[in-house]
Amino acid sequence: MNFDRRILLIAACVVAVGAVAFVLLGPQKQPGPPVVQKKYGPGASDTEIKIGNINPYSGPASAYGAIGKAIGAYFDKVNDEGGINGRKIKYVTLDDAYSPPKAVEQVRRLVEQDQVLLVFQSLGTPSNSAIQPYMNENKVPQLFVATGATKWNDPKNFPWTMGWQPNYQTEAQIYARYIVSNVKEPKIAVLFQNDDYGKDYLDGLKQGLGNDAAKLIVATKSYETSDPTVDSQVVALMNSGANVFVNVATPKFASQAIRKVADLGWKPLHILNNVSTSVSAVLKPAGLEKAVDIVTSAYHKDPTDPQWQNAKEYKDWLAWMQKYNPNADLASTFNVYAYSVAQTLVQVLKQCGNDLTRENVMKQAANLKNLEMPMLLPGIKINTGPNDFAPIKQMQLQKFDGTTWRLFGTALSVEGS
Amino acid sequence: MTQLTQQILSGVATGAVYASLALALVMIYQATESVNFAQGEMAMFSTYIAWTLVQAGLPFWAAFLLTVLISFIGGVLIERVIVRPVHDAPVLTHVIVFIGLLVILNAVAGWIYTYTVKEFPSPFPSKPLFGGAITGHDLGVICVTLAMLMLLFAFFRFTPLGLAMRAAAQNPESAKLAGIRVGWMLAMGWGLAAAVGAVAGVMVAPVLFLDPNMMSGVLLYAFAGALLGGISSPGGAVLGGLIVGVLENLVGTYLIASELKLSTALAFIILVLVIKPSGLFGRVAIKRV
Repeated sequence: MNFDRRILLIAACVVAVGAVAFVLLGPQKQPGPPVVQKKYGPGASDTEIKIGNINPYSGPASAYGAIGKAIGAYFDKVNDEGGINGRKIKYVTLDDAYSPPKAVEQVRRLVEQDQVLLVFQSLGTPSNSAIQPYMNENKVPQLFVATGATKWNDPKNFPWTMGWQPNYQTEAQIYARYIVSNVKEPKIAVLFQNDDYGKDYLDGLKQGLGNDAAKLIVATKSYETSDPTVDSQVVALMNSGANVFVNVATPKFASQAIRKVADLGWKPLHILNNVSTSVSAVLKPAGLEKAVDIVTSAYHKDPTDPQWQNAKEYKDWLAWMQKYNPNADLASTFNVYAYSVAQTLVQVLKQCGNDLTRENVMKQAANLKNLEMPMLLPGIKINTGPNDFAPIKQMQLQKFDGTTWRLFGTALSVEGS
Repeated sequence: MTQLTQQILSGVATGAVYASLALALVMIYQATESVNFAQGEMAMFSTYIAWTLVQAGLPFWAAFLLTVLISFIGGVLIERVIVRPVHDAPVLTHVIVFIGLLVILNAVAGWIYTYTVKEFPSPFPSKPLFGGAITGHDLGVICVTLAMLMLLFAFFRFTPLGLAMRAAAQNPESAKLAGIRVGWMLAMGWGLAAAVGAVAGVMVAPVLFLDPNMMSGVLLYAFAGALLGGISSPGGAVLGGLIVGVLENLVGTYLIASELKLSTALAFIILVLVIKPSGLFGRVAIKRV
């Protein structure tokens, strides 16, 4: 009997402690009588903000995985410095292998199982297209997606999805305007990658040229990412008699084209897409002297460009890289991109204050005013509004002088185009 | 210079790239009677080793020789550790192992060296010749490929080891009876193929630029070249590679859109397999049953 009574006693104690704990801890999740008005959506609390992310850490696009890792490294720095309004960021990043069905599966896991406040920087046009309906049906922010497609700025139909970087079509329109106003009787030859990215640029170029497009573009040649070289395409484009060469290629192919154009002795106005502007990864392999006078546009700084390397902004970035992301490539612009986009999110969360609901996150994301980022180019400002879900709309033309990109003109806005 | 000559010369330059890898494919086929789909990735990995050595300050040719040696050992190790246990398994198992090897090598290279494109030094002058259709380096690649071809020919024809390797590949049982250590001959074959692949990688890296996906496209064209020339004939493979390079350019420029260049290579593979499976110069395999 004694024995039984003891067990009963223990059981009673456990229940009592549990009840007390429930009374003490349970209700805290609900906003109690407002001393300070705090509102929390899923994934947010007094101590933590849970942020979800999907990135291709494996598969054909795994090079981009560097972005997902760098974002995590930036959040580590933020947490070490005390977090955002006293709350630490918990960053949950999953691999979608650049596969849309897997992206949907992983994002459902983030939303339903991990209960994240928002999904940030999901990468790739195909993956984002696949998760967009789910995110908007469930009213979960799909914030600052990592793709340059044009479709992310559509607040009417998709109020929970927002892009970040300037899109490909508007970039191409800037080039179209530049060509028309700087080249007499332009005859344009275009090399492009045969997929959505390449075609987006080509469409943008045609839009920018307007009715004359069919006449001004004298030749187009595409390549597949499986092609070993683009030499043959460049030879064919030169023989079209063009005096403008628009190089819409990813880094390796862009380098090959730059080298081939120079080797052939072809001297067109060479326009290079922003995807491939890295001095160390694109121009240097091709030969710096072969890249002289190439024109491109940019919105963030190139970490290998000597002109930024003495400034405080670069040194801060470098210090972060060395401390938090030491195995990553210092020459890769992915790490500048990740740094800047993570800073943009931190700004949004700061603006949210103690109202960390999904509604307020979107409201604040659409309320960025003239935000300048240390590693974005001077003059590039981030602006959003309830009807404007395209944070970066400016780009700056620049020309290569043999060692570094020289900015010229002012930051060009592509709004309203 | 007309576009035609330019396209032909450019085609010869890319063809030389295909030819050098095709040679490695033929090598492994000669030694083991199987086609190694991971050959391209092994060559890419060897090129990264060469790149590391050059970065460490070694002169180009020293790094080159050391890489060939390391690759040889690596090839032998791969055979001993990975291929050997499945030696008696059906062909499908081999294919799966080779594809697995391909994916693993690619991912490991990306993990160690990142996906950023790296420039690779060339031992030859990069001066453009003939109006830029071909460079000094391209000519160098052609010469090295031909030299490698001669060496391999001499090795298989005139050395006892070469003879033993051929015997081990073609008739393992009789070879065993004649006192040849067949297992080691297969491993040697893998080593040699890896070494040839390393030469190919180091030669093409200045043209294609070094990244983990450098060889993935080349492999298919090299395969088409090897099949066209005859997968059992080193000389045929080199010629086949050059022909594929030139035809691909001409077809892509004059006949069909350049979108279909890759399809051309695949069409080659199918055509050859349907019409003349032994290729232009390959011996017809006759098996006694």
